[in-house]
Amino acid sequence: MIVGHALRDRQRELIVFRNRLMLSGLVIVLAFVVLLARFGWLQVVQGGYYHALAEQNRISVVPVVPNRGIILDRNGTVLAANYSAYTLEVTPSRVGNMELAIDELAAVIDVSARDRRRFKKLQEESKNFESLPIRTRLTEEEVARFAVNRFRFPGFEIKARPFRSYPQGEVASHAIGYIGRINEADVKRIDAAGLTANYKGTDHIGKLGIEGAYEKELHGVTGSEQVEIDAGGRAIRALSRSEPASGNNLVVTLDLELQKIAEEAFQDYRGALVAIDPKTGDILALVSKPGFDPNLFVDGIDPQNWDALNLSPDKPLNNRALRGQYPPGSTIKPFMALAGLEYKKRTPEYAISDPGFFSLPGVPHRYRDHKKDGHGYVNMHKAIVVSCDTYFYGLATELGIDSINRYLTQFGFGQPTGIDIEGETPAPTPSPEWKQLRFKQKWYAGDTVSIGIGQGYLLATPLQLAAAVATLANNGRVVHPRLLKAVQNARTQETRQIAPKEGELIAIKPEHLALIKAAMVDVTKPGGTAVRAGQGAPYTVAAKTGTAQVIGMKQNETYNEKRVKEEHRDHAVFIAFAPAEDPKIAMAILVENGGHGGSTAAPIAREVLDYALLHKKPQAKQPLGGEEQSD
Amino acid sequence: MISRLFDALSRRIDGPLMAALALTIALGLTVVYSASGGSSVDRAVAQARNLALALMALWIFAHIHPQMLMRLALPAYVAGLALLVGVALFGDVRNGARRWLNIGVTTIQPSEVMKIAVPLVLAWYFHRREEGTRLRDFVIAAIVLAIPVGLIVRQPDLGTALLIFASGFFVIFLAGLSWKVIISLAVTAGVTVPFLWPMLHDYQRKRILTLIDPMEDPLGAGYHIIQSTIAIGSGGILGKGWLNGTQAQLDFVPERSTDFILAVFGEEFGLVGNVVLIVLYLLIIARGLMIAANASTVFARLTAGAITLTFFTYAFVNMGMVSGILPVVGVPLPMISYGGTALLSILVGFGILMSISTHKQLVSS
Repeated sequence: MIVGHALRDRQRELIVFRNRLMLSGLVIVLAFVVLLARFGWLQVVQGGYYHALAEQNRISVVPVVPNRGIILDRNGTVLAANYSAYTLEVTPSRVGNMELAIDELAAVIDVSARDRRRFKKLQEESKNFESLPIRTRLTEEEVARFAVNRFRFPGFEIKARPFRSYPQGEVASHAIGYIGRINEADVKRIDAAGLTANYKGTDHIGKLGIEGAYEKELHGVTGSEQVEIDAGGRAIRALSRSEPASGNNLVVTLDLELQKIAEEAFQDYRGALVAIDPKTGDILALVSKPGFDPNLFVDGIDPQNWDALNLSPDKPLNNRALRGQYPPGSTIKPFMALAGLEYKKRTPEYAISDPGFFSLPGVPHRYRDHKKDGHGYVNMHKAIVVSCDTYFYGLATELGIDSINRYLTQFGFGQPTGIDIEGETPAPTPSPEWKQLRFKQKWYAGDTVSIGIGQGYLLATPLQLAAAVATLANNGRVVHPRLLKAVQNARTQETRQIAPKEGELIAIKPEHLALIKAAMVDVTKPGGTAVRAGQGAPYTVAAKTGTAQVIGMKQNETYNEKRVKEEHRDHAVFIAFAPAEDPKIAMAILVENGGHGGSTAAPIAREVLDYALLHKKPQAKQPLGGEEQSD
Repeated sequence: MISRLFDALSRRIDGPLMAALALTIALGLTVVYSASGGSSVDRAVAQARNLALALMALWIFAHIHPQMLMRLALPAYVAGLALLVGVALFGDVRNGARRWLNIGVTTIQPSEVMKIAVPLVLAWYFHRREEGTRLRDFVIAAIVLAIPVGLIVRQPDLGTALLIFASGFFVIFLAGLSWKVIISLAVTAGVTVPFLWPMLHDYQRKRILTLIDPMEDPLGAGYHIIQSTIAIGSGGILGKGWLNGTQAQLDFVPERSTDFILAVFGEEFGLVGNVVLIVLYLLIIARGLMIAANASTVFARLTAGAITLTFFTYAFVNMGMVSGILPVVGVPLPMISYGGTALLSILVGFGILMSISTHKQLVSS
């Protein structure tokens, strides 16, 4: 029984065992089928998707930043260049205690207080994961010292990159402008222009002047390099590379030597000068004094330098040539005279007897001439040569504000000159409508009287004034001032000249033009208001002086230069072109608080003309100003 | 002369099983070479050395008579248990787990001993109870199984504990544990899982959560599984070719020569490679089940069955985890992954299978 039971048990056990083994086999087959299905799903159905993911993993596209084009003056002198140097950059998000890290770093390489301030400002303006320069222009020794200590500074990295330098420093800074680190506003502009891809890897962008206006030419086309990277992000090998196309070199119209002479001629005065070749519109010199050193901006300016520039009462960052709106003063008189001739309000011969003031009919107010007792008999020629105010008070009144505006607008007053850099804020021509809008006041007859001598509501930027005088020099062919002369391919050196923009012709009778020009030439002759500008010159200079009032004088007050605070002193204004018969250069000069145009601005003009026409460099400087017949 | 020597050497070797094993092993070596970067043979040579040792162990175990093994089962189990207790008390901690015991000359991982000792001792127990197993025997078997598994879970080494539990469970299952008990145990387990959850280690919980949604933590816990899935998937049907897997060669696949070697294999050999590997595994398992079915004693049957099913568990758990359908547990891909210990215990298991296969006639006669 027991044996039989045991035997049966054994049989039963064997059957159970084999059944369960079979069952296990089935489960195993099923399990492997599930696995195969999974593999099929991953490798066949989703294979393409995962292949793409794997490629994304291993291939990294690294932008290759193009070299920025350099900027040259018309003679090939370098105004903005690149050089390669080492920077030490840090990604703030990868550093725990930045202060501490910088302190430690300072023990290894030199980190000045200025570097710290600059970095702090940069950090406030940037995102945490951006790599920011803490030290620029490291020496070979510093690079070596850092490399040895590298492990102590996670998040810090030495990079070799191109730097922008402005070898001329402050000279022509307002025209050249500068580049700076790309900020949020720049990013928005880049995105809006659809240039996001082209700016991958680019840290800097032109902010002002030529650098800003011709950013597109200068930047070039970003190349790319496909590299295979491992899981740690290290590049294993390059797969393919598309070379970047360097930015174009720009040849600007400036003549650096002339620019330097012009800037130095200002000595310590503030002001602006714009010199134009009237045939082409080429701006030969664009001065706004004081200037600034654009090199300060390249890697982010430190707060101290920024405050020094931004808070200075001299406003060195303000481009006076493009943005400064000043009364043109008596320099408006040649244009006013032309308007009188063209609109037949005056003949050349018509003369007035100048009592030293002008009054509107029925109004007791006296509009005074700068010469208390008057100039005697004054015709148009004399009115310009001696700068008779009374003559032009009457002329303006007879012309009326609408005619004046119509005529001045042709010469570019009241509108942008269209210069090819940004930042121009042209002064409007004053009209009754303009005054109503601006001051909510009606236009008085007296307003027109002041405009006759370039005072009151009439304002112009030095650039506008220069364009107007260039147009006059160009016999009424409107001059469009420009700074870009040619574009040069950095690789092939192939140069493409930019054709000057042909201006429209203002119809002026030749005899009228000749009269005005002759009068302007006599301005620089003995008896004129700007003898200094033409004395002993082997070329003829046509010019007009002007004085822009900074504060109004009461009716019976006499202006005494010595008693007025410097910042309330009149601005000196001056326009000129030479040689008068065939003008090569036309210019407008404004010297802030410089007093009379003839005494302060004319010597500046002379130095510029001497170099422009004779390549003669100025002698030892004499202080500007001094005695000269006033206008 | 040579053929006589071959005969003598292969007398206890099961031909078909050995052939399938040899093919798998050869495949493994080529993958290990690729997974170690394809530029240095160091790893492949080291693995070949491990292999030589493991094959020798296979040969030795194939020559040990099942009767002898049965006698060794209990002492081996007791010794293994003692070592496990030793680990718990004096073990070395590596990577946050206490798994190794320093025995002076070298460090050993006693849980590996248990991979063989547990199925052997359970098979031995049921063999003794051949005359009629009762529920009490299953309870005892469960306790015998639970002690080492519990100790290993505490180390913690979930992967090994799972495999040892599986090997023991397979013995009990094949010994005829009634379905009623199995089902009620399964139900109980299902109900208690929520209560077990807080008892798991953080990293274990994370692994299970990661399986459910690997993108939850793509750079942390999910990274392994995402990268291995990408590797396998990107292999496509034919694979990228030996040594050409970008995920593998550029370090994107973590632990690529050990637990995640299937990702390297799948990427370089594609679906075709995976099918070949699964077919090889199926052949090995089929032969193992055949040996178990034809074994002449309860001990031999249960041992052979459990070893075969455990081997399947290895393969399935590893492939499932690397392809993203099972949680990540530290289980190597049998005979492919780099590493000597796992290879040794697996080939010892196959040695025992061969012993059972080649000694059965002698027992029955």
